[in-house]
Amino acid sequence: MKKIINNPSNVMEDMVKGMTLANEEQWIQVEGTNVICRKELSANKVGLVSGGGSGHEPAHAGYVGKGMLDAAVVGEVFTSPTPDQILEAIKSVDQGNGVLLIVKNYTGDVLNFEMAGELAESEGIRVEQVIVNDDIAVKDSDFTIGRRGIAGTVFVHKIAGAKAEQGASLEEVKAAAEKAIEQVRSMGMALTPCTVPDAGKPSFHLAEDEMEIGIGIHGEVGTERKKITSAKDIAVELTNNILEDLSLSAGDEVAVMVNGMGATPEMELYIVNGHVNELLKEKQIDIHQTYVGEFMTSLEMAGFSITLLKVDAELKQLLAYPSEAIAFRA
Amino acid sequence: MLTVQLVQEWMKKTNERMQENKAYLTELDQAIGDSDHGINMSRGFREVVNKLEQSAYDDVSTVLKDVAMTLMSKVGGASGPLYGTAFLKLSTALKGKDIVNKEDLAAGLEAAANGIQHRGKSTTGEKTMVDVWVPVVLWWKGQDEINAEGLEKVAKEAMESTKSMEATKGRASYLQAKSVGHIDPGSTSSYYIFKSLAEVLV
Repeated sequence: MKKIINNPSNVMEDMVKGMTLANEEQWIQVEGTNVICRKELSANKVGLVSGGGSGHEPAHAGYVGKGMLDAAVVGEVFTSPTPDQILEAIKSVDQGNGVLLIVKNYTGDVLNFEMAGELAESEGIRVEQVIVNDDIAVKDSDFTIGRRGIAGTVFVHKIAGAKAEQGASLEEVKAAAEKAIEQVRSMGMALTPCTVPDAGKPSFHLAEDEMEIGIGIHGEVGTERKKITSAKDIAVELTNNILEDLSLSAGDEVAVMVNGMGATPEMELYIVNGHVNELLKEKQIDIHQTYVGEFMTSLEMAGFSITLLKVDAELKQLLAYPSEAIAFRA
Repeated sequence: MLTVQLVQEWMKKTNERMQENKAYLTELDQAIGDSDHGINMSRGFREVVNKLEQSAYDDVSTVLKDVAMTLMSKVGGASGPLYGTAFLKLSTALKGKDIVNKEDLAAGLEAAANGIQHRGKSTTGEKTMVDVWVPVVLWWKGQDEINAEGLEKVAKEAMESTKSMEATKGRASYLQAKSVGHIDPGSTSSYYIFKSLAEVLV
């Protein structure tokens, strides 16, 4: 393992400290916690809290800012934060209008956020929760815990954040978030695994000429391992899977996100985007807006994910609404 | 019988096992999960032992409550809420008991096993820690007296039974048939908890 760290057990705390210092004008770290919170909350709005394990930077703290999240709870690497920390985040952002929790669909995250929600409610705070499950690589059936939440979560942050900033009620913000969840799908691939600092070795092994299709964002193995092909072939395969799952057809309009997993050169992300764009045009699907960059990473994994959000007039307006979050300006 | 001192001893032994097997638990989790189980359990139980050393206790229920709250706030992942809930239920079931006997412990462990199932919305046969807790409780209830050796054996067999199961809960569920052939990491950490309990029971 070769990493720029101090003690592998302290990477999360060390990062939160540096991250907060870099954004002192916008953020505070809630004392005694690993919660990053907006310094000044917009008056009288519904609170928005998200979070999860670390190792996905800029997610989720990078989306804390006016027009997006009010607070992000940072867990240990790839590990859900604990209920006491989430509760502190809820209390920090509640202004009496209730708080919406945006959670990625992993057993750990769901259980911890659920417990925190129950604790907050026992203190008289109204809490609602939405669960993002955009990853089509894994099966959504009675025999699994349902699809995972990955990069599509960033669109949900943006949509819910804009809605809350516009003064909507808790129910309205939740409805907007659920609409986005309903209409967003993603799929990813990897060329290399990643190493959790405290584990010290990679989570799987890939030969020089192999790739893993359908990976998650925690170094989980993918759903299929095969010989690496061209950027075009990979982009077409992932996009086609998403198109099919979202049942998109000619005339539909989408927002596109090509997300780097942590160690992918931007050059390669743009190459991929070229092919995604080409394929969508071929299918006569209109591209409303394109986002290329690192939004939801998996430590130093090389690879990318593609996310499509089907947009209508409401979602387009919410996507365009101003955001001051450092990792998603609008 | 279980006393304050024995619970402290139980936690110390559990912690030693989690530290010794940190890499092994993480390896099990790399095969079918997200590679953090050993890291989380070793951090959680280290904190439990620290917490218990700093405080003085009059009864078993209060020690177990501190165990629960520490696990809940220090473990993270899915295991934090699940083990936290288990020890909280155990603590509640033993409230007001000066001496914890075999029957009390049976009721307590049953409450804990039910708590895990309720929190995780899971049942037996799904390749999770439930597959250790439920058989251990059932076996315990059928015993006439405390049988430490038997406890260790039943817990171990239960853990090993997860190897041939196909996961339908937790992250391993995505692997479906590919999850067969691997022991569930959560069942292994649960085995360590029962093995340590067996060592302190008198």
